[in-house]
Amino acid sequence: MRDDAGAAVRERVEEVYRAESRRVLATLIRLLGDFDLAEEALHEAFAAAVEQWERDGVPDNPRAWLVTAGRFKGIDRIRRRAKFDASLGQIAARLESELRAPSAESAEGLPDDRLRLVFTCCHPAIPPDAQVAMTLREVCGLTTEEIARAFLASAPTIAQRIVRAKNRIRAARIPYEVPERRELPARLETVLRVVYLVFNEGYAASSGPSLVRLDLSAEAIRLGRLLVDLLPEPETWGLLALMLLHESRRAARTSPEGDLILLEDQDRSRWNREQIAEGMALVRRALASRRLGPYTIQAAIAAAHAEARTPGETDWGRIVALYDLLLEVTPSPVVALNRAAAVAMRDGPAAGLALVDEILARGELADYHLAHAARADLCRRLGRCAEARSAYERALALTRLEPERRFLQRRLSEL
Amino acid sequence: MRYLCLIYTDEDRLAALPAGERGALAAEHRAWQEALWASGRVVAGEAVACARAATVVRVRDGDVAATAGPFAATREELGGFLVIRARDLNDAVRVAAGTPCARLGGVEVRPVRVPERPHG
Repeated sequence: MRDDAGAAVRERVEEVYRAESRRVLATLIRLLGDFDLAEEALHEAFAAAVEQWERDGVPDNPRAWLVTAGRFKGIDRIRRRAKFDASLGQIAARLESELRAPSAESAEGLPDDRLRLVFTCCHPAIPPDAQVAMTLREVCGLTTEEIARAFLASAPTIAQRIVRAKNRIRAARIPYEVPERRELPARLETVLRVVYLVFNEGYAASSGPSLVRLDLSAEAIRLGRLLVDLLPEPETWGLLALMLLHESRRAARTSPEGDLILLEDQDRSRWNREQIAEGMALVRRALASRRLGPYTIQAAIAAAHAEARTPGETDWGRIVALYDLLLEVTPSPVVALNRAAAVAMRDGPAAGLALVDEILARGELADYHLAHAARADLCRRLGRCAEARSAYERALALTRLEPERRFLQRRLSEL
Repeated sequence: MRYLCLIYTDEDRLAALPAGERGALAAEHRAWQEALWASGRVVAGEAVACARAATVVRVRDGDVAATAGPFAATREELGGFLVIRARDLNDAVRVAAGTPCARLGGVEVRPVRVPERPHG
C-alpha cells in the first residue's frame, strides 16, 4: 500500500517537474541572484517535495511551495559557504530579511520570471553559440548531453560554453531583467534569432538518423509559444507563424528514402492543416499590427505557399512583392537570391537568371551552393544544358548535406 | 560596480568625413564627457595620444626592452579611457553608447575586478 502511495507521489512530482521546473528556476534565479545556486536549490526543493508530499499530501499550489522551499535551501547553502567566505554572510542576511518581509507576490501569485531568463540567456554580451546553449539548458531544461547530441558537439564543449556564459553573467554583472521598452526591439531580435537557429538545426537534422536526436524544431516551437504568451509582439507572432508553417510541411518534404522533395513536388495532402491554420491566424495578427519585421514577412511568404492548393495556384506576384519588402528590411544576397527564384516563377526563367547572374557578378554567394543550384535550375529550364551542367557541378562541390547532394546528383544525371 | 571603458575610433572613417561633421562629432564627444563627469559617475578618465606615440615595455631575463607600440595592432585607435560607476552591464552599455566614438568605432566595456575579501 505504502509503495503505491509513494509511486503515485513520485509520479506527481515528475509531472510537476515537467510542467513547472523552468518557471520555478526562473524565479529562484531572481530571488537568489545566481544561476548555479538556483539550480542546486531547485533540485533540493524537488527532493524535499518527494519526501514531504508523501507525508503531507501534494500542496494546492506546487509552484509556490517549490519556490519557498528552494529559497530556504538556497539561503542554507549560502550560510554554509559563509563559514569559509565572510562576505557571503551579508548576502545570506539580506536574503533572509527579504523572506521575512511581507510580499505582494504571494497574494497575487508568483510573477512569471521566464521572460527575464530568456533575455538574460540571450544577452548580446554572451557569444551567440553560448546564447543557444544557455537558452536550451536553462529555459528548455535540456541536459548538456541532449544539447551536445542535437548539435553534434561534445558534451564537455557545451558544458564549458555554459560555464563561461554563467561566469560572464556574474563577472560583467549582466542584470536579470527584461529590457526597457526602448531597447526591446533590438534585444528581442537576438532572442528570436536564437530560437530560429534552434528551429533550423532541427529542420536540417530531420533528414538522417534523427530518431535518436532530440526534436529541436519542437523545442523551438515550444519556445516560440512561450514568447507569444509572455511578450505579445508582432515579431513573436511572426516567428511562431513561420516555424509552424515550415513544420506543417515536414511529412511531405522528404521521401521514405530520405530524399529531398521540393515545394512544387510535395504532396500537399500531407501538409498539417492544423499547423497551417494556426500559422495563418498568427500571420494575419502580425500583419494587422502594421509593424512588419523580417519574421512576419517571411511568415507571410510561407503563408502564400500554404494557401495554394496546388503549385499552379501560387500567387507569385504577392510573393515577389513580399520579397521586395523583405529586401528593404533585411537587405542580404540570400534574400535577393530567393527573390530571384520567385521572379523566375512570375516572369519566367530568363528574368530570374538575369537577377541570379547579377548577384554572382557582384561576387556575393560565390561559395553558396544554393546560388549555383538556382542558376543550374534556371539554365535547365531555358534549355541551356552545358551551363546547367557546370552550375550543378559547382553546387555539388559546395554542398555538405547528403540529401542535397543526392538531389543535385539526380538533377545532373537527368540533364 | 565600476567599469573600464576603452574608447576606440576608426580614424579612417573619421578622416573621410567633411571637416564640419568632424568638428560636430568632436563637440558631441566633449559634451558627452562633460555631462558624464558632472553626473559624478566618472572615477577616472583621460584622453591618450595616438598609437604612434605608444611604447611597449617588456622585461625578459632582466633586460628591459622598449619598442614602438601599440601592443596589439587594431584598425581602430584607442583614444582614451574612462572608469565609470554603473549599476550593471546594461547601465554601463547605455552610458558607453552615448559617445559618437561608438558610432565611428566602439567602446570596450570591462568590469573592474572587485578585490577578493580575505578568508577566515
